[in-house]
Amino acid sequence: MTQKVAYTNARLLDPATAMDTRGDVLTVDGAIADVGSLFPDGVPDDCAKVDCTGHCLAPGLIDMMAALGEPGREHKETIAAGTRAAAAGGITTVVASPDTRPIMDEIALVEFLERQAQSSGVVKVLPTATITKGMAGQEMTEIGLLAEAGAVLFTDCYRSIANPQVLRRALSYASTFDALIAHHTEVPELVGDGVMNDGETATRLGLGGIPGAAETIMLERDLRIVELTGGRYHAASISTANSVAAMKHAKEKGLRVTCGVAPYHFALNENEVGHYRTFAKVSPPLRSETDREAIVSGLVDGTIDIIASHHRPEDPEAKRLPFAQAAYGAVGLETLFLVGLELHHKGQLPLLDLLARLTIGPANILGLPQGRLKREAPADLVIFNPATPARIDAATFQSKSKNSPFDQRPVQGRVLRTVVAGATVFEAS
Amino acid sequence: MTSPAATPFRHRHLLGIDDLSPDEISALLDLSDEYVDLNRRPEKKLSRLRGRTQINLFFETSTRTKTSFELAGKRLGADVINMSVEGSAIKKGETLIDTAMTLNAMQPDVMVIRHSDSGAADLLSQKVNGSVINAGDGSHAHPTQALLDALTIRRRLGHLQGLTVAICGDILHSRVARSNIQLFGKMGALVRVVAPPTLLPAAVGRLGVEVHHDMVSGLKNADIVMMLRLQSERMKGAFVPSIREYFRYYGLDRDKLAHAKPDALIMHPGPMNRGVEIDTEVADDINRSVIREQVEMGVAVRMACLDALVHQQLEQPAEAAAR
Repeated sequence: MTQKVAYTNARLLDPATAMDTRGDVLTVDGAIADVGSLFPDGVPDDCAKVDCTGHCLAPGLIDMMAALGEPGREHKETIAAGTRAAAAGGITTVVASPDTRPIMDEIALVEFLERQAQSSGVVKVLPTATITKGMAGQEMTEIGLLAEAGAVLFTDCYRSIANPQVLRRALSYASTFDALIAHHTEVPELVGDGVMNDGETATRLGLGGIPGAAETIMLERDLRIVELTGGRYHAASISTANSVAAMKHAKEKGLRVTCGVAPYHFALNENEVGHYRTFAKVSPPLRSETDREAIVSGLVDGTIDIIASHHRPEDPEAKRLPFAQAAYGAVGLETLFLVGLELHHKGQLPLLDLLARLTIGPANILGLPQGRLKREAPADLVIFNPATPARIDAATFQSKSKNSPFDQRPVQGRVLRTVVAGATVFEAS
Repeated sequence: MTSPAATPFRHRHLLGIDDLSPDEISALLDLSDEYVDLNRRPEKKLSRLRGRTQINLFFETSTRTKTSFELAGKRLGADVINMSVEGSAIKKGETLIDTAMTLNAMQPDVMVIRHSDSGAADLLSQKVNGSVINAGDGSHAHPTQALLDALTIRRRLGHLQGLTVAICGDILHSRVARSNIQLFGKMGALVRVVAPPTLLPAAVGRLGVEVHHDMVSGLKNADIVMMLRLQSERMKGAFVPSIREYFRYYGLDRDKLAHAKPDALIMHPGPMNRGVEIDTEVADDINRSVIREQVEMGVAVRMACLDALVHQQLEQPAEAAAR
């Protein structure tokens, strides 16, 4: 039995074609059948009707990095809870971090994740694998076989591959399969015992500082290696003005490189740590206000390709500790879009450009058919009102963990409905 | 004799110097002066904290600070219990919070905490009902040390305003330095930090201090020369190349001291590494070194802090005055 749904009376937003117009979308089963002014004579009887009442309709968001807890960290997150959180945040595709237990470096584990996602995920979950076995930074994983099994990118998560020869070989080898290498760039020795940005706040609090150069030095090294090897390289999470400049320079040289940021790096700065707030302990750390502004500029001029949630759920026991001992990371699935919308409301990033960093941007990097409103594309949609005043409330999160630095932040915007493969998976109450 | 009007002291905890106003600091020092006098009498015991319970929770080894807090509490009549990490459940995996909650259930009025992590005292204070005194947390703060340093100087020189205080050595890892920078800054003294760049935090210049990398300019006309302990694990090539080289450039000896004012006072929070950051001859110079006096002031300052926190006010202890 064919399922037809008509989404009428919407403001259609599609950054892939720079479309911002009134119209309708028709989905048939899991795909978009038509987009435009479709129902001048009313919706046919064989279609279910969703009246968008003038609200925005855009391709569902694609989150290029989120930890979903399975296997091995189910006390922090599960695929069921994590994908419900994603749906509530307007996200229809989640790229699952390989920072699992055991670490996702084997085909069997990738297949396990795919089965779990099939049975308990409410949005699309794409597996990934690590670049090196056990994220130890030494021997590379079976990149070809893992890619064949479904891994859409390779990353050692929050660990950097310190040995340049290892990264060189991984990039070089991965290019055979056109596999994407996503790298966290921090020189471990320069991080040392640092736990937050090296600046005035760290000095006052007596906490070890991580200089911005720790990130930029490794990023610049990586970009030189890409020059040597070719291959597809993605800097997973940049946080400093110098890193933005390095990426810009590399792109001007024509390297096939992309980069992403987490919302907290354009929305918050190091002052958020205040009196040892461990929810503001993230990696790379929250930086200076100057760096934060540079990240915004990088998003505006397109140097930064995508925004990912970097959802990193942690239970209270991992965060209720002295700052240096507390775990890194923040949940982000439910706040990715709302915090992103701040850039639009501040007049820094047009709505279409913001959506581009969350839809077609990651779709193009990952080679996915979704992330656009066009015929035959997957029917993954988000309907939202960008103007609704709201307050982020971590207590209401679907995610199993509540470690958000944005808790109680006033925002504007509300996800009204999330549609995955033609089926509504979230509807605002 | 009538007590002067009590000054309110509206702090539940003493976590750092930054919460204190200059007036509160002065009043704490005034009260400390009273306790110095008391401590010099044969009969030292008061009952201002009678019936109160004080737990000293030390996650880091300490001899003088723990003893000092213990004596302070006992002289005020409190029941004092010492807990050190060796005897605690922390080693069995219990967290700081768990330990704090357990002890909190025993209704202590004051918990004195020392911990190797910056922010540990802040964290503890959010979870307990009584008062928390920070006896040193990581590289963050050690407020009673700063107060006792200030008391020592004030008793010798009569004031703090306008003095030049040179703090020398491992500023990067020093909670004593951070608390002293704040306290002396608030009291109108000029603070200099003197150290090689490897032993200075990145943004030390933003703390309102003069930054010097050599002892000659750093000590020039200083009223106070405060030496910090250099931890042995931080030598041997990590932060400085060798003890020999460190002592040559940053160790306090007669030659370097000659650049300070002729009557400059020498201080050290202890324990000293003789021959590393300070020369024995200088450390033991009875005319210049106030290192022993600092220890004596420590007990009085801690009595004043305990008294002020428990009673939420600063007043002259009537019993002491009556004698």
